[in-house]
Amino acid sequence: MRISIYRYDPDQDARPYMKDYDVPVEPTDRMLLDLLVKVKALDDSFAFRRSCREGVCGSDAMNINGKNGLACITRIAELREPVELRPLPGLPVVRDLIVDMTQFFHQYHSIKPYLVNNDPSPELERLQSPADRAELDGLYECILCACCSTSCPSFWWNPDKFVGPAGLLNAYRFLADSRDQAANARLDDLEDPYRLFRCHTIMNCVDACPKNLNPTRAIGKIKEMMVRRTV
Amino acid sequence: MALATRKFDAVVVGAGGAGLRAALQLSEAGLRVAVLSKVFPTRSHTVAAQGGIGAALGNMGEDSWLWHMYDTIKGSDWLGDQDSIEFLCREAPKVVIELEHFGMPFDRNDNGTVYQRPFGGHMQNMGAGPAVQRSCCAADRTGHAMVHTLYQRNVRANTQFFVEWLALDLVRDASGQVLGVTALEMETGEVSILQARATLFATGGSGRMFQSSTNAFINTGDGLGMAARAGIPLEDMEFYQFHPTGVHGAGILITEGVRGEGGMLLNKSGERFMERYAPNAKDLASRDVVSRAMATEIKEGRGCGPGADYLLLKLDHLGPEVIDKRLPGIREISIKFANVDPVKDAIPVVPTAHYQMGGIPTNYHGEVIVPQGGNPSAVVPGFYAAGECACASVHGANRLGTNSLTDLVVFGKAAGDAVIRFLKENPGEKDLPADAAERTLTRLARLEAQKNGESVHEVGAALRRTMQAHCGVFRFPDMLAEGLHMIREVAERVGRVEIRDKSKVFNTARVEALELENLIEAARATMVAADARKESRGAHDRADFHRRDDANWLKHSLWYRDGDRMDYKPVNLKPLTAEPIPPKARTY
Repeated sequence: MRISIYRYDPDQDARPYMKDYDVPVEPTDRMLLDLLVKVKALDDSFAFRRSCREGVCGSDAMNINGKNGLACITRIAELREPVELRPLPGLPVVRDLIVDMTQFFHQYHSIKPYLVNNDPSPELERLQSPADRAELDGLYECILCACCSTSCPSFWWNPDKFVGPAGLLNAYRFLADSRDQAANARLDDLEDPYRLFRCHTIMNCVDACPKNLNPTRAIGKIKEMMVRRTV
Repeated sequence: MALATRKFDAVVVGAGGAGLRAALQLSEAGLRVAVLSKVFPTRSHTVAAQGGIGAALGNMGEDSWLWHMYDTIKGSDWLGDQDSIEFLCREAPKVVIELEHFGMPFDRNDNGTVYQRPFGGHMQNMGAGPAVQRSCCAADRTGHAMVHTLYQRNVRANTQFFVEWLALDLVRDASGQVLGVTALEMETGEVSILQARATLFATGGSGRMFQSSTNAFINTGDGLGMAARAGIPLEDMEFYQFHPTGVHGAGILITEGVRGEGGMLLNKSGERFMERYAPNAKDLASRDVVSRAMATEIKEGRGCGPGADYLLLKLDHLGPEVIDKRLPGIREISIKFANVDPVKDAIPVVPTAHYQMGGIPTNYHGEVIVPQGGNPSAVVPGFYAAGECACASVHGANRLGTNSLTDLVVFGKAAGDAVIRFLKENPGEKDLPADAAERTLTRLARLEAQKNGESVHEVGAALRRTMQAHCGVFRFPDMLAEGLHMIREVAERVGRVEIRDKSKVFNTARVEALELENLIEAARATMVAADARKESRGAHDRADFHRRDDANWLKHSLWYRDGDRMDYKPVNLKPLTAEPIPPKARTY
């Protein structure tokens, strides 16, 4: 299978270029990551991130034939040839498929991604009904791979000001938690022309999420909460 | 060459469950702590844990930490240290409640308490049974929920992370005190010394030494390699757990929680064969027992498929509601990696390398201990370890399912507390020795200058093939002897590995070569210790010594890199406060 990969090493290269590799596909090769490991064996200078190889750690997000996804759960059989691999769009490239994710994590950190509850800690667990716990499904599973935020035009234009779909999904994860007491402060923080309202429901994020989560729906829910508290 | 030196109160290496829990303890104590991780914290392998964290909360019926302790000791085949095991089981409910307070999204019961599921080897009434529901879970994504919650709590505590920094070597002075680590910043290629009054390893396991493994690419035994090079022995490395249910061909983990929720293993005749091997616990016997039963079924021709080389994990009888609510990740994995929707069809599974019971020897405070001057447990000042890289030893010869996550938070926290005490009692800062970075610089220089060497890929593949074929579920004397010879040969080849990429910027070839230098130490320790232990106990099963031999082998192994030699130390059979649980026959 021919794989065409974006290559750039600031230490050596004046500018980025695409390099083609032909790798044999064996019956045991199932996912794109299996082939990337083979490319690495051919050319050890090819740099990319990977870890769990089962779609839970979020390391190997990249742009695959024009769409963001995780190499480890992208089936070879479903790929159009030649496979074109580029770094996630919109973030500075460190090298090859490795992007600088500082901006992405900065936005994640900005939503205060932790439970706030100022009551004295009870001796046992804080109780939560199964229904309240179910509110967190589809939210807590985010793996911070950045496939969504780097497919979002609003994030490309304002990565410093717009929280982006991943950050907002996580913001709603805490807003939706029956144990959290900071809803008002969280909503105040997001009530801003950029932080939340740069989302124009383009919904690229929903299409890109490899975990089938729905950031647009979470953003809608945040907006609902804002409306509800004004009436 | 003088390296840039940065100073901290404490350095934590690794940011999975144990590293993050320790870091939180240190940050909240107001200490200057640096947390190094070669991946962004939530990419650590803890994220892949599925089935749950063991703690006797008693939310589903009567339970007690004493029962948990008994099950853990029996699971360990009596090789676990009973003081550490008591500590683990007594602290477990506290740390789980703490995780809940931190915001971890546990599943819930109708009364709002944390839901707990059955798991292998967890029983009521000091092993007598029936099974107890002790595994606190967040669907089948418990590790994910835990590592994200702990990272989030560290964001709140303002912990200072050094992300994508690879620790290279321990710095020790002439007295043996640990004074920090050397480390490589991947993005720039710069090497520096992180000097610290206390150094805590939470670097995880070495599962990538096997060809077929549930482990992430990053599990290369980095802490073990660093410790071994610095003269610290590695304990009980021959005990490597093969998880009964890895996806056939892909190696991806299928949680024991599937059997906990009612799934069962079948051979090619559709027989529930575990009834023959473990009449009481059946599919929920200890992992070593189930894996051996599966390997026996395959060996004796009762495997499934064209190659008769796997077994089936059936769970369709649980119904789509239970599967989607309790095991959604398993359904996702099965569809993606096995082409099977478990709502309709059984999943093809095989025993797969999963967890390293051994590691850097510690006591139950997370302090690293070595034999010295007649004392089998002399503390190495300034050095701590927790989690899979450490051997406390709570897992002994076989870890009980759910106890890995418990281990991470109990000992991550305890080691953090021990560091805090040590720093209080030892306020002075010691000078770095003149040769602090010498070992590291020699390794790097060798790698840069190497010509006509083999690639990391080739030598790494040889390492994995050797371990898989010679040190698997069943161990044979001739295969071990040959494996010993082969792994020593691989070790020599590791010393001649060449990388073609010489860039300074994010050089993953260099990182992989340095990781291989760690993995080979873990692999050697495993093979040498396996060859030396002439008995069968827990996960270590020898064809030529088929029984447990308490008279000669109720002792911990210690492998020293210097001289490639073995030493032994006694097992602690005395709990802290509970009655000792003396060795007896182990049946499920």
